[in-house]
Amino acid sequence: MSVLVVVECDGGEVKKSSLEVASYGSQVAQLLGTTATAVAVGEATEANLAQLGEQGITKVLYDAEPRLKDFVNGAYTKLIAAAAQQEDSKVIVLANSNIGAAVGSRLSVRLQASLATNVVELPKNDGGQFTVKRGAFSGKALADVVLSGERKILAVKKNSIEALHEAGKTAQVESFSAQLTDADFADAPKQVIMQEQTGGVLLPEADKVVSGGRGMKGPENWNLIEDLAKALGAATACSKPVSDVDWRPHHEHVGQTGITVSPNLYIACGISGAIQHLAGVNSSKVIVVINKDPEAPFFKAADYGIVGDVFDVLPKLTQAVKELG
Amino acid sequence: MKFLVCISNVPDTTTKIAFTPDNKEFNKAGVQFVINPWDEYALTRAIELKEAQGGGTVTVLNVGEADTEPNIRKALAIGADDAIRVNAYPKDAFFVAQQIASIAKDGGYDVILMGKESIDYNGFQVHGMVGELLGIPTVAPAMKLDMSGNTATLEREIEGGKEIVEVNTPFVASCQQPMCEPRIPNMRGIMTARTKPLKVVEPVGDAPRTEVATYALPPKKEGVKLIPAENAGELIKLLRNEAKVI
Repeated sequence: MSVLVVVECDGGEVKKSSLEVASYGSQVAQLLGTTATAVAVGEATEANLAQLGEQGITKVLYDAEPRLKDFVNGAYTKLIAAAAQQEDSKVIVLANSNIGAAVGSRLSVRLQASLATNVVELPKNDGGQFTVKRGAFSGKALADVVLSGERKILAVKKNSIEALHEAGKTAQVESFSAQLTDADFADAPKQVIMQEQTGGVLLPEADKVVSGGRGMKGPENWNLIEDLAKALGAATACSKPVSDVDWRPHHEHVGQTGITVSPNLYIACGISGAIQHLAGVNSSKVIVVINKDPEAPFFKAADYGIVGDVFDVLPKLTQAVKELG
Repeated sequence: MKFLVCISNVPDTTTKIAFTPDNKEFNKAGVQFVINPWDEYALTRAIELKEAQGGGTVTVLNVGEADTEPNIRKALAIGADDAIRVNAYPKDAFFVAQQIASIAKDGGYDVILMGKESIDYNGFQVHGMVGELLGIPTVAPAMKLDMSGNTATLEREIEGGKEIVEVNTPFVASCQQPMCEPRIPNMRGIMTARTKPLKVVEPVGDAPRTEVATYALPPKKEGVKLIPAENAGELIKLLRNEAKVI
């Protein structure tokens, strides 16, 4: 009876959010007095999977079927369900990603498990009551949720758990087959289109984000945002009005109806801080606001602020980052 | 083609969140409720596809108590043909999914659409549960949906990109922008909505599997530390030495 951890891989590497999920899973295993086994999806290498030992994983199951490289809801669900059966897992942990949520919700029905998404803390298991804390109301509240039943599935929010790094520990990688058939690949993608990311940093995975609003005055000024992002190794983002008028693509829109991010550092440039925007960013660890209007509501949610013109302040910040070396 | 659009009744996006004194429930006092913004994409796209096909029906479904009916009427005013309300408080995602699956099965719907998630509970679960309960594919979250005969072409958002997916009816999709421009009701729609059928049915299925023990507000920020604009570089030093985030 081990805890099963679903690890998403991309281009051979384990995603950062999955390192967090693995660390979460191994700590849950400790709490329950058992070990943590991972099942890997996506394109992985054996060496990278073995390294999951550093996050406390004992064993990794990997099906090298090439069609599993891209996300296929039917096949992924069947693979993970088979791994859960083999390991007799009572707790399954995955990332609260588009893949994690799509697979987790189907798995919960198939395995008759209770499911909590958007989980932000390790569970409590007191007197037979299994409780987790999750984000609700678009980051404006937290809820303690009691999960019933013998099996539980937890989808862990990105950046809410610190990844463990116990150097030198390795996990045992085992090949695994769920006997997938063509029918399991019915929803396989015909085509996968990846967006270009500023400086190669993926927004949902980023631990630093530089974001621009209408105060940037036009898409031609985004080089100021990009320069600072590149210097910091950050991803770029924008507010809803900016993506609505097509200054920036929709996939950069953070807010209540866009992407929710929870980086360590969120720098908002020329964004007033409407409640719908705050909903997408308010679980960031440190928020910096740069706005020429001292009354901008975003300052109330910020840790650091500069009242000033973004066109004057941003180049100074980029310069200061470069000087840090 | 028969479309089933599931809508959720949620607090308006500008609502200040507060809870009942025992912290077990959201405090509804003085709060304006709206159709979940993500669900508006599902509703409008279903109406657009029906219009393009020149026939078919759009049925709107809500799991909720009688106080959700104004927003069900609003969905009818936007252009849905009829509505079903499952007369129950939506206790958890699994409970809601069972209601949707039961109605979808009985009604023989071809396409089941809903928003990516509700903006109150943010479960992002119901779509997959419905698909699994019915044994049909789910595409979530979908940014684009086109139909050609019984085949749908969708764009599914993945982290950092998108996948083009083709599925045959019946299927479930959870919708988000930029799928369409959500419509608002016009006067004619509002007038005709009053007489469109709204059927109320009682819930079915098993008990919910999760329960909220308590709600809490996130910890408050300590307050902003302001750095003078002329000394902007100082901020970077603070981020490294004090906040330790760079």
